[in-house]
Amino acid sequence: MSSEDPSAQRRASRKSVAFTEEKLVVDADGSVTMVATPNDDTKETAMSHTPRTPPLSAALGAFTDASQAPVDGAADGAPAAENPDELDLSLMKKKKKKVKKEDGEGEGGDGAAAAGGEEAIDLSMKKKKKKKVPKEEDEFAKKLEALKIEGGEGVEGAEAAGEEGEQEGDMDKGTGIWSHDETKTINYDPLLSRFFALLAQKNPDHASTGTRSYKIPPPQCLREGNKKTIFANLPEICKRMKRADEHVTAYLFAELGTSGSVDGSRRLVIKGRFQQKQIENVLRTYIIEYVTCKTCRSPNTELSKGENRLYFITCNSCGSRRSVQAIKTGFSAQVGKRRKMQG
Amino acid sequence: MSGAIEIQNLKSRDPFAEADEDSGQTTQTQEYIHIRIQQRNGRKTLTTVQGIPSKFDHKKILKVIKKEFACNGTIISDTESKGLGEVIQLQGDHRIKIKDFLVDPENGLGLDEKTIKIHGF
Repeated sequence: MSSEDPSAQRRASRKSVAFTEEKLVVDADGSVTMVATPNDDTKETAMSHTPRTPPLSAALGAFTDASQAPVDGAADGAPAAENPDELDLSLMKKKKKKVKKEDGEGEGGDGAAAAGGEEAIDLSMKKKKKKKVPKEEDEFAKKLEALKIEGGEGVEGAEAAGEEGEQEGDMDKGTGIWSHDETKTINYDPLLSRFFALLAQKNPDHASTGTRSYKIPPPQCLREGNKKTIFANLPEICKRMKRADEHVTAYLFAELGTSGSVDGSRRLVIKGRFQQKQIENVLRTYIIEYVTCKTCRSPNTELSKGENRLYFITCNSCGSRRSVQAIKTGFSAQVGKRRKMQG
Repeated sequence: MSGAIEIQNLKSRDPFAEADEDSGQTTQTQEYIHIRIQQRNGRKTLTTVQGIPSKFDHKKILKVIKKEFACNGTIISDTESKGLGEVIQLQGDHRIKIKDFLVDPENGLGLDEKTIKIHGF
């Protein structure tokens, strides 16, 4: 054990980063509050922070993209936005706290198109995203980005107006160069932006599949009395994940180290106080372990009991099949009343 | 090319060991160390560490940990934990700290991070 060489260590770390990549898979509905959870404390979740931002920004980004696309387009957005990533790459970084801060900032701060746009493009470069972003760098990058986008737009606009004025027109309305009987050759840039705009328009969920983010409705947690938590939309979430309620329930109980029951309206009653965020984290690990396909990362999988009491996950999109561990509770300490002594 | 394949085939391989997700390699020791958390009343929690290899002296580990994390703790014996081996139980949420401790090659046990699983929220 102690003879682990550094390479093994590195491998381990790489793996955990790879995990983070999957983490973003599981964002719940992309609402702003969901996205920022500044004080997660498990290692995995802390790691998962940066990747968790994208879905929000994906929404934002998609929005801004769509709105901007006809004007300046994804084409010139992309190169500009590459910069922050390159910056990131150049420095090796430490994550955790800084990332957290960044999260909070991204949420509270400038919901402006600039930030959104930048992050949206970050999304498309998943590989680089693996590296964590130190706060200062990120802020700086953001500012830079904002400047760039603003500046870029200005310049772009001027240019467009100046030298290729005839290339203008409303794509949606089909005027200008986009009109049906227009014979002029359309420049590459507007065509490209049109392509992306149409792509985003026609496939609203394309962004999510393309970036492998997988959305489930956020768990609804209510408090029952003082000591119990009600997990209201478990059936809905299970349906979304195509897993049996019992399986998810068993996993939740095993991970949270508690017990509970299902009430009349099929809501799950968990003993102990849990916040939505905590449940969310557990669900996230569940999805990574039991829902996503390890080969293609698609969540479109089926869990079935194989021939010999083993559970297998079969992927519907790539056809791969792997076995998963059964849910084990492990040791749980005696909490509360003392055990009755024998004899 | 073919030589390499042959050599690979000659290697003894444990088919039951779990495949490493990244490389597809099998690792021999798949005895995970589980770090769990349990809620007690109020804001109190317990951290349990299950599966620390028996080559380590659990008592000593506990002693060091208690001092370092400033918490109390006990060792649950094998009989008490119903055959799950000796379990270290600490008061409070020390999951991250204990993981760092287990991984730390200098002041800790220097275990492989991959063998450690943190459970809970």
